[in-house]
Order: sequence, then structure tokens, then C-alpha cells
Amino acid sequence: MQSFLGKRAVASAISLVGLIILVFFLSRLTGDPTDLYLPVDASLESRERFREINGLNDPLLIQFVHYMGDLLRFDFGDSIRRSEPALEAVLRGFGWTLQLAVITMSLVTVSAIVLGSLAAFHVGGIFDRIATFFSLIGASAPDFWVAIVAIVIFSVGLGWLPTSGTGTPWHWVLPVAVLFIRPFGLILQVVRGAMITALHAPYVKTARAKGVRNRPIIFVHALRNALLPVITVIGDQTTAILNGAVVVETIFGFPGIGKLMIDSILQRDFNVILAAIMVTAFAIFLLNLLIDILYAVLDPRIRY
Amino acid sequence: MTDHLLEVRNLSVDFHTAGGTVHAVRNVSWHLDKGETLAILGESGSGKSVSASAIMDLIDIPPGEIVSGEILFNGENLFAMTQDQRREINGRRIAMIFQDPLSHLNPVYTVGFQIAEAMTTHGISKDEARRTTLDLMKRVGIPNAEEKIDAYPHQFSGGQRQRLMIAMALAVKPDILIADEPTTALDVTVQAQILALLEDLQRETGMGLLLITHDLGVVAEVADRVVVMNAGEIVESGSAAQVYRQPVHPYTKTLIAAVPGTGAMAEPLATGIKPILEVNHVSKHYGAFVALEDASLTVLPGETVAIVGESGSGKSTLAKTLLRLEEATGGEALYKGRDLLTMPRRELFDIRREVQMIFQDPTQSLNPRMSVFQIIAEAFAIHPGILPKPQWRGRVRELLEHVGLNATHMDRYPHQFSGGQRQRIAIARALALEPKLIICDEAVSALDVSIQAQVIHLLEQLQRDFGLSYLFIAHDLPLVRDFAHRVVVMQGGRIVEQGPVAQIFDAPQQDYTRNLMAASLHPDPEIQAERRAARQQAQEEYA
Repeated sequence: MQSFLGKRAVASAISLVGLIILVFFLSRLTGDPTDLYLPVDASLESRERFREINGLNDPLLIQFVHYMGDLLRFDFGDSIRRSEPALEAVLRGFGWTLQLAVITMSLVTVSAIVLGSLAAFHVGGIFDRIATFFSLIGASAPDFWVAIVAIVIFSVGLGWLPTSGTGTPWHWVLPVAVLFIRPFGLILQVVRGAMITALHAPYVKTARAKGVRNRPIIFVHALRNALLPVITVIGDQTTAILNGAVVVETIFGFPGIGKLMIDSILQRDFNVILAAIMVTAFAIFLLNLLIDILYAVLDPRIRY
Repeated sequence: MTDHLLEVRNLSVDFHTAGGTVHAVRNVSWHLDKGETLAILGESGSGKSVSASAIMDLIDIPPGEIVSGEILFNGENLFAMTQDQRREINGRRIAMIFQDPLSHLNPVYTVGFQIAEAMTTHGISKDEARRTTLDLMKRVGIPNAEEKIDAYPHQFSGGQRQRLMIAMALAVKPDILIADEPTTALDVTVQAQILALLEDLQRETGMGLLLITHDLGVVAEVADRVVVMNAGEIVESGSAAQVYRQPVHPYTKTLIAAVPGTGAMAEPLATGIKPILEVNHVSKHYGAFVALEDASLTVLPGETVAIVGESGSGKSTLAKTLLRLEEATGGEALYKGRDLLTMPRRELFDIRREVQMIFQDPTQSLNPRMSVFQIIAEAFAIHPGILPKPQWRGRVRELLEHVGLNATHMDRYPHQFSGGQRQRIAIARALALEPKLIICDEAVSALDVSIQAQVIHLLEQLQRDFGLSYLFIAHDLPLVRDFAHRVVVMQGGRIVEQGPVAQIFDAPQQDYTRNLMAASLHPDPEIQAERRAARQQAQEEYA
């Protein structure tokens, strides 16, 4: 287990360094932030000064060496836009997104597993039809469209829910609901498929021959065997939200990391882009580790 | 009314599939009494398991449909009961064990949980269930039961898993135990232990035992009465001895005639012929694990050399090493004087023409997306220059006729053939390059007895026609007895004994070989009864 953890950490660190190099240079291809932050008629001196302050005057390689040096001291630099440490801005945004992801994915997981299991138990039955209906919607409805239509109906038309921002629990309803649809449809299908296989497995026959009731057959015998592919997809979908539910966060004016990232890219706020990428990368590393550990917990045949 | 413990009356079950309705069993009637062992004997597709599934409510409806009949348990019709009532009977009054214990045990729960569940489901407290589980595990012969109770199924051997299944089935002391091919996946020595355990437990509890099997040897060993099924119908029934000695129905007669182990044994080939294959001191290690050590044997032209042994004996490793599917750790294998194990790939490619292989499962070894013609002709495509392309179809036709298949079917796909026919296709493919030596790895193990006999007959005929040599890897001793010229016995990666077939079977020198022979079952109930008596006597003397 320890050597597994060590190997994973080293492999992830290597990819992270590669990612930093890539993003560092690519983001600088978008142009000079000076043009964005100073008025068009700003003097040459003030432009010089701005570049000097933000360390943009050095050759690119020197900038990179400085950046990496700072990074080793856990200094992620300052945000040009916000004049605060980039990491602070990022962690604040990440906190919001993390809450959004945890709430959404918890709801998705519970509902998809229950409905998917019941759908698999009676293929073609009422639960199966509901499941198929929702997965089709989940797979085919584009979230930006659903988000806008939801705002039109529930906020503008009915006036039940706020259109954007945060503050009350009501502010969470629409973003969570819109983010819920796609992973729910997908995971529902995975649960259904895996459960159909598990419910036809020979060990289920054994359980029936023992006289075990339907509920433990579904939720004790079959479900744990069906969960491996399911948690893989859950991890995948959680990653997608953590990576920034850019569209949904932007539409709902939700101050998460997705919105922060897209804003920083548009504002050439390089330090924030890099910090955001490193924070999400680290979170995804932890998430994948958690999934690997869950594998071993669920299936005793898997040992690292 | 009935006095029988369990009675199946006029049961007919259909399965409605896309390809039409299959009458799985038609008008089947049989009964089982207390303390009695009834065997239902049949080949695959005979419907032998269907009535047991109906008893346990394991038939999926749809696609299944119980068309007619009733099953009386203590005089009460199971089909007239509610699902809850059926569940009360399942496990508690009637329990069942299955063929493949690994897949029939839930891989993600401890065996302790699964055995205890048989009791907690029927209202026994968790503590008591765990105590009983421990007793049961000891009773069925699991060593270190205290530690093993919290282990998972994959941590046990095949035989131990079947013991655990038995413990689970007997947890609530059922009136009836249904055993569906309980020993088919096990080695012969383990099979003998499991059958003995079942008999002991039956004596202790007085339960009725329903044994579903394809193996006449198992019937001879344990059954009081036997019901023979073919194509969904009962063709014959009676006492085990009576059915074996005086079969009435033609199907039973063919079945009994097909059972190997009763024919004449082959004479050894004349000495002084130069061997086609000479294996000297071959070994294969995986790290510290010794899979094969110092194996030496020879195969003469036109000779069948059988390699027998239980699982893990190294017999398949030997085959893979000879074919260079695995690199040997040491030794040499001289084919016509050239070492197969060290020759360059180019040379090996040419030799592959002459040394072919037939695998165990023709369903898996034939590419399902290639037609029979493509499968066989691929050999000519791989080895160019043997046969010009325009002649391929003609040659494939010839080959199919050789192996007894209809040559007009050469554009069909493997799934359109039966298991036995598929193995014939595999043989035709192996013959395409006119090999001198064919390595058969459990080549007929997956086939029914009657089909097995046909395929063996075909192999013998091809040997006569083309002077082929076979290296025949098998675990089925009666089959080897009828087919091989010489036998090599392997255990734990080593060859323990080898010699002419008559010597190995009639006068084995090694204890291991003797044990193996003693554990192998004879289809004749009387002979089997004698062997049993001898075995028990030997055990008593030993004790």
C-alpha cells in the first residue's frame, strides 16, 4: 500500500510539473496583460512600471525560473486583477465549487444507485422506464440550454428562485439541479448495466437458494459487486465538476473555480490560472486516490 | 396422496427465446424419499437441471414458463405457495449446491458471513449463526476454521470452496440437498473427498440427496436410483445397477457404451523407432515458484502420449513451454533433433507447421467473426507457398470431410455449430498444415461423453491415416486409459511416473499414481462398490 501511494505521488508530481510548464508558456502566448490593465493612452513609463512590478520584463525563461523558485516556497504569486495572493482567490473559489460538487454528486450517487438498482431488478418495469427517460434527457440536454430555460421558468416566470449569485439555500437549487442532470443520467445507466450483470451472477442464485429476500439480494449481494464500475464513473463526473463547471457557474454567477478560471484567462491573470490548475490537479489526485482505496475496501480481491 | 418427501409430477417447462420456444423439460416425473440418493443423469441440454431450478424457484419467468405439472414437497404443491412461503422452504427445508463454487460464492463477502446468512435469513440470531458456522466449517473439514471464517472465497482452494458451499447448504439441516454437478470442476481426488463428505452428512442427518450429474462414475459411486434424461424427457429410470447393467432405452445404451475406461488398452509401440519429440530436463520457474522441474519424456511417430495430473501439476505449463508460448527456464526439447526451446524465431515459424495445438474450449479458441473457411484457410495465408490460393476452398472441403463435417457449411460461423462440431473445426484447422505432432490440451474435456467418444474416435482414425503423434494432456483418467499408448503422471511440477498405459493403470509403482487411480470412478456400480470396500479397508488398515 505504501509503495503504491509513493508511486502514485511521484507519477502525479511529474505530470503536474509538465502541466505547469505547458500552462505557464501557453498562457503567456495570449499576450501582454499590460494592454488589458492600463488605459490605451497610458504612457510608456507607466507601462514599463506595470511590467516591472508584475515581473513581466524579464525574458520568459527567467520568469519561469523565478516562478518555480517561488513555488518551492509555496508562493503562488499575486493576482494582477485582485491584488491579493493568487492562492487565496483560488482557494476561495475552490471552496464554493467543492461544496457544489459534493452536494450535487451526493444527490446523484444516492438517487442513481437506488433507481438504477430497482430498474435492473425488473428490466422493462416502471423503474426501468423512469430510468431510461432520465438517462436520455441527461445524455442529450445541453446544460447551458437547461440552465437558461430553468432561469426563464423558475426565476423570471414563476419568481420562485433567484437568478444568480449566492447567499441563501435557494441560490443553490438551480445550479445543483442543472449540474445534477448529466451525471445522473450517465451513472444511472452504469448502475443499471452493472446491476443487471450482478443480479444474474451465480452467487445471486446461491442467495436465492438460501431463501434470502429480494431487498438484501439487490442491496447486499448484487450492489457491492456492481459498485466498482459505478464509483469509477462517479469519480470521473466529480472531477468534471471540480475542474470547473464553467458554463453553469458563469450562467448562475456562481463564484466557483470555473468562473474564476475563465475570468483569469480573459484577464491574462497568469498567476491565478496556474494556481487554479495546481489546486484542481491536487484535488483530482486526492479524489483518484480515494477511489482506488474504495476499490480495495469494496472488493477484497483488490490489494495494492 | 403421496408418501414421498419430494415428488415432481408431469412437469413441463418452456423457455420462450428469440429463436422460438424451447421445451426444456416435457412431462417429467420423479420422486425422492428420505435418506435416499437420486441421480438425474444427462448431457448438456438434456434438461437435467431444470426440475431442480423449478423446485428452488430459480427459473426466470419470463423467459421461462411452467407449462404444466406440480412439485409436491411433503405432499404440498410448491407452485401453489406464495413467494414468501417458497423462501421459507428455500435453504431451510431444501438446500442446493452448485457446480462452480467460486462463481457461486459472493466474492466480496467473507465466507463466514455467507454461511451465517443461510441461518440469519431464517431467523437464527447472529451470535448463534456465527457459532454454528464455525462448527460447520470444522465439520466439513476446513483447517483453521477460527481464522478462515473471516476469509474471502478467493482465499480457498476449489475443493475447500465446495466444502464451504456444503456447509452453507447444511446450516439449517435441510430435509433435502440438491447438488448440481457438485464435483465437475474438481480434481478426482478432491471429488472423492467431497462425495464421501456428502455421504457422511447424509447418514448423519437422514436427508434426501438429489444429485444432478453427467458423470456415470459419480452415479455409480453414490446413487441409489437414477433417472436418465435426454432432450427434455426421462428416457429411463431405475436402480443405479439395473440401469447400468440392463439399459432398455437406446439412448442409455449409447451413453453407457460411450463412457470411457472400459475398452481394451493400447499395446506399446515397437521399440527402436527414433522419437519425433525428445524432451530432456525441461523446467520452468516463475521467480521462486517452480511450475515445472526436470521434465523428460519422448514421443514416437504415430504414438499418443498422455500427460495426466491434477490442477497445478504443471501439465499445461509443459505444453506451453514446448510451444514456446512460455520461455523455458532450462532443458531442451528436440523435435527431429532440433531444439524447439532455443531455435531462432524464423526456424520456429517453419516448425510450427508440423507441431500444432488443439485447445480445451473451442468456443474461445475459434474467432467468432471468422467463417469456418477463413479459420482453416488462415493457416495457408500465414504459411505462404504451401498451397496456391485457388486451391484453398478445395483443401478446406477435404479437411472438413476428414473430420466428419458437412463441407457445404464452410461459410458458416463457429456459433452456428455445436460444441462437438466446433472441436472438429479446431481439429481441421490443426490438420490444415499436415502436422506431425499435435498437442491436445484438455481437448475433449468440455464435451459431453458421447461427443467426446466421437472426437476421440476421430483422433484415432487420423492417427492411423496420417501417422500423427499426440501429446494428450488430460485430467480424465478413463479417457486416457482408452486412448493413450503411454502415460506420464505429473504432480507439483514433476513427473512422478511414466510408462505404457497398461503398466500405469494396472500396476502403478508410485503412491501418488495409485491414489489417483483409486480416486477415479468406474461407471459400473458393482465395480465401484468393490473399489469402495477396498478403499475403506485400506483406510481402516492405515488407521
